[in-house]
Amino acid sequence: MKAAVWMGKKKMEVQEVADPRILNPRDCIVKVTATAICGSDVHLYNGLIPTLEKGDILGHEFMGEVVEVGPAVRKTKVGDRVVVPFTIACGACSHCTRTEWSCCDNTNPNAHIAEALMGYSPAGLFGFSHMSGGYAGGQAQYVRVPFADVGPIKIESDIPDEKVLFLSDIFPTGYMAAENCNIVPGRSVVAVWGCGPVGQFAIRSAFLLGAAKVIAIDSIPERRALAEKAGATAIPSGDDVMETLKAMTGGRGPDAAIDAVGMEAHGSTYDDVKQTLKMETDRPFALRQAMSCVRKAGTLSVPGVYAGFLDKVPFGAVMAKGVTIKTGQTHMQRYLHPLLALVEAKKIDPSCIITHRVPLSEAPEAYAMFNAKTDGCIKVVLDPSR
Amino acid sequence: MASSTPRQAPRRESSLTPAKKKASAGISVPGNQGPRIVRAVTIRKPASELYAFWRKVENLQLVIKEPVSITATSEEESHWVVTAPTGTVEWDSLIINDEPGVLIAWRSREGADVRNAGSVRFAAAPGDEGTEVTVALEYDPPGGKLGVFVAKLAGEDAGTQVYITLKRLKALMEAGEIPTTEGQSVGEPQASAKGKK
Repeated sequence: MKAAVWMGKKKMEVQEVADPRILNPRDCIVKVTATAICGSDVHLYNGLIPTLEKGDILGHEFMGEVVEVGPAVRKTKVGDRVVVPFTIACGACSHCTRTEWSCCDNTNPNAHIAEALMGYSPAGLFGFSHMSGGYAGGQAQYVRVPFADVGPIKIESDIPDEKVLFLSDIFPTGYMAAENCNIVPGRSVVAVWGCGPVGQFAIRSAFLLGAAKVIAIDSIPERRALAEKAGATAIPSGDDVMETLKAMTGGRGPDAAIDAVGMEAHGSTYDDVKQTLKMETDRPFALRQAMSCVRKAGTLSVPGVYAGFLDKVPFGAVMAKGVTIKTGQTHMQRYLHPLLALVEAKKIDPSCIITHRVPLSEAPEAYAMFNAKTDGCIKVVLDPSR
Repeated sequence: MASSTPRQAPRRESSLTPAKKKASAGISVPGNQGPRIVRAVTIRKPASELYAFWRKVENLQLVIKEPVSITATSEEESHWVVTAPTGTVEWDSLIINDEPGVLIAWRSREGADVRNAGSVRFAAAPGDEGTEVTVALEYDPPGGKLGVFVAKLAGEDAGTQVYITLKRLKALMEAGEIPTTEGQSVGEPQASAKGKK
């Protein structure tokens, strides 16, 4: 089969690799019909996530048709059309039973590596680093999916792939980011740093949850334009964001701040240099600004991905203002059914963020474009049949 | 631990004192000279079930990641063959303490390639968390202290091995299978590198 393979910093290749096979009794094999490039794939592409290896197949946003099931699979059947959430969960450990799915204890075979860095290991992830399990990803024609009865959600209707594909990650991720803001309907003002795909879904989800106002911050005009289409007020990023936010909120500041940027924020030469010299792992420019700008007793919600150690974080402001921080990989299985229902009820059309549709064979060019944010690129969907 | 020598005893005194030597004559790792490892996991299964799995020592072949062959030779005894970084090592293991649902303790018999003594305890965790499974292990590493150092560099230190074993036990008991990526699809250069192994 064809698969998009990471071959080093800023180097992707489409290779012919062996088809996946059932390795564990609860596995299934999915023939991928649509897959996408995620913002966190860009962190991997740029070599910023430790323990990725040359030859790893990327991709954690994918859907398709079940073509084979392991002997212990009960619910999922061959022929099912499914969207697969990017976090792999066993459904049986104490975290899973509390719906803390992305903290599953039993799906990372390399948990001891993650624990060396973080103390404890979260769930295994598709197409991520070996520290996160090293599972082959879904930017491929076929993919092995462990715990077939726990992750994949069956799509019963004939709704097009593009409208449900983002249930695999960014829609639930944006939704959980908004849910984490403790929005009081009709009153809360939410500021969202980053109008990439997760930011776009966070903005739309904040409105679905009743936010009175959403202010979107991004340096790229077309991303701001897409945010405004959803009803947000968009402002350019920069050093004057604090004053602008105060001016727009009667001096109160936003009740909640969402950092949908993560570790590769632009705007700080200090961080560019330190990250290049490996003196810090992440460039937390957006996070710092969100910490400073959020209202007293407000909430900081961080769906943006961070990998390690952050520099010059104004934690004093967080403490003194009594800010609540909510973060984490998305507890995907909580959101699959409710959000599918929203899509089927036409409350939201997730395909609105797609700007590029390209064959899987052109994945290397698509990565380069998405990374550089050229050609108005916001979201790339790959067609594995081509 | 299996050793009757207090762990806090200064090593020099205990190993030089004849009385102490006698006290530890039947003990696998005399004078507590080997490294000591304690690792724990919490498993959402009753202690009785986990104890029963462990007590049938051949079951441990399912959860120990390194190539291992365990043959029960009697109710209390088993023969172990492990492929270690330094080659194959063998020993006979004897269960010296057995409290159903609570504790199993063992030590190696005389003549072991790697003398070892250890225990596993099963204790109820708070609320509905399940059972805390705690392993303590003491051993004389092949190659002595240098062997431990080299093994650590190679990422194969015994503490990690014990921990990986416990994590695999937890996954098998809770999820019914042990997570793996061995044999999955992979691109070059890894595919060729794996083929050569």
